[in-house]
Amino acid sequence: MPYDYKPFPYHPPLGLSEPEPTHPVIIVGAGPIGLAMALELANHNVRSVVLDDNNVVSVGSRAICWSKRSLEILDRLGVGDKAVEKGVTWKVGRTFHRDKEVFNFDLLPEDGHKMPAFVNLQQYYVEQYLAEAALEHDLIDVRFKNKVTSVSQTDEIAHVRVETPDGCYDLNGQYIIACDGAKSTIRAMMGLDFDGELFEERFLIADIEMQADMPSERRFWFEPTFHNGQSALLHKQPDNIYRIDLQLGWEADPEVEKQLEVVIPRIEKVVGHSDFTLDWVSVYTFQCRRLDRFVHDRVIFVGDSAHVVSPFGARGGNGGLQDVDNIGWKLAAALQGRANCALLETYNTERVHGSDENILNSARATKFMTPSDGAERLFRDQVLALAAKAPFARAWVNSGRLSVPAIYPMDAPDHDALPKVSRPGAVAPDAPLGNDWLLRGLGGQPVILALGCEIEIDGIEVLNPEVSETLKQRYLGTLETAIYLIRPDQVIAARWAHTDPKAISNAINAMWCAV
Amino acid sequence: MTSLITTPNLTDHDGFYAELLATHKGLSETQSHALNAQLILILANHIGDRAALSEALKLAAKDLR
Repeated sequence: MPYDYKPFPYHPPLGLSEPEPTHPVIIVGAGPIGLAMALELANHNVRSVVLDDNNVVSVGSRAICWSKRSLEILDRLGVGDKAVEKGVTWKVGRTFHRDKEVFNFDLLPEDGHKMPAFVNLQQYYVEQYLAEAALEHDLIDVRFKNKVTSVSQTDEIAHVRVETPDGCYDLNGQYIIACDGAKSTIRAMMGLDFDGELFEERFLIADIEMQADMPSERRFWFEPTFHNGQSALLHKQPDNIYRIDLQLGWEADPEVEKQLEVVIPRIEKVVGHSDFTLDWVSVYTFQCRRLDRFVHDRVIFVGDSAHVVSPFGARGGNGGLQDVDNIGWKLAAALQGRANCALLETYNTERVHGSDENILNSARATKFMTPSDGAERLFRDQVLALAAKAPFARAWVNSGRLSVPAIYPMDAPDHDALPKVSRPGAVAPDAPLGNDWLLRGLGGQPVILALGCEIEIDGIEVLNPEVSETLKQRYLGTLETAIYLIRPDQVIAARWAHTDPKAISNAINAMWCAV
Repeated sequence: MTSLITTPNLTDHDGFYAELLATHKGLSETQSHALNAQLILILANHIGDRAALSEALKLAAKDLR
């Protein structure tokens, strides 16, 4: 069954009849990132208004691959279980050269995490779940058919002009968060540069519905015989929908390629029959670009408005949710008077770092998939030839390096003997905790995790669980005791084998940029 | 006795690959050939294991003809 696009209701906003008070946060864009942003802020007790020029969820599957970290974030926003339940959980990827399987990988999620490695779920479902949660929330005011037509700011306040079916009105906020996507109008209206690489390549992207007993695997072909020597991807989604990506070459005319009489025969060759219906089709180019800065005083860019990557690697939607995770607690602290703008600046440095990592990985994958003539082509083809002969060469075959959370560079207390996986800057690894999960006990507020020892610090929650085998493996290694300071976004801020309240208090101050 | 390592034995595969291609960037085809040839000789000297090099040559030549 194709997705039933139900329009969200439009209500004439208050601002049309009387001036509205200044809002703490105005979020522009009710896509997955804008809605997640509103819910994350609400979790921190911050009110927001969400403006969107449209009134339906995303048309077409668009972002489909949600990483473990994204699912953990969605879980905190109250829609993680729904996403996993509806989505297709997968862990095996197969890579083919011509029509022969060169190798396969198993993401082999280790036990003891609540969330799986990856779930495929159409963006429209994620948006629907987030929108339902946001519309129900007292602290969130979602306004569909509200289009921002101008933006400005002073030292004290940010301002937008908004157009609705019933006329225009003005809205003030302490901060504006631009979640208006790759073609961000806020970015354009502020005249900000979007620097990076555009790859001279076009891909066809299509959702087809078919009854097929295909395993939940990612399949990628280099130079398949069914598609004239170019790259192809097939990936399963819920509702018997399959995502197909086909490389078209730079010369392809996007308008021609979208026509049914051109698309259908191409897809018939991929799936080997004509027993399918075409649900959505689009043609895109690869871009790897970002803003120089994500924080522009009272206007903050989050998600695709700040950075775009090519899709192989699932780093667009997942990268955006990591932005949300990073800015939420910082902005809440700034608005609630618990931190100064130095903390907001760490959103800029940390997420520019994360974004650069995503851009680097996705640019490399793109280069491997679409090599230019000469050395790039030579080495690409010979890596594929060698991969069939020797296992070591498979590590060079690059059809996308799948999204993992960035490890933020951090100058923080650390202890060499503790496990690498839980070093400062990393997201705290999940582990079973009684009948629940560690990550569900962290987040929102800073937490001290004390293992194998007891400690008491004023004004901060201390978690002192019994040391299970999994906790030992991920947080203690060979040591008997450890103390972790974990930020509200579940990122590890500092850790010690032994410590004293003074050192912890210093690390807490450093976390809030209050030193 | 097999002495050639055929399983992954390098950290940062993608980084090396990118550096290799960056080194080729802007070279003519002849210059690229020269770079590859010199690189093979440099690496052969560094490896220094005669038997491993023979096996590497055989592996590279396999299925080419």
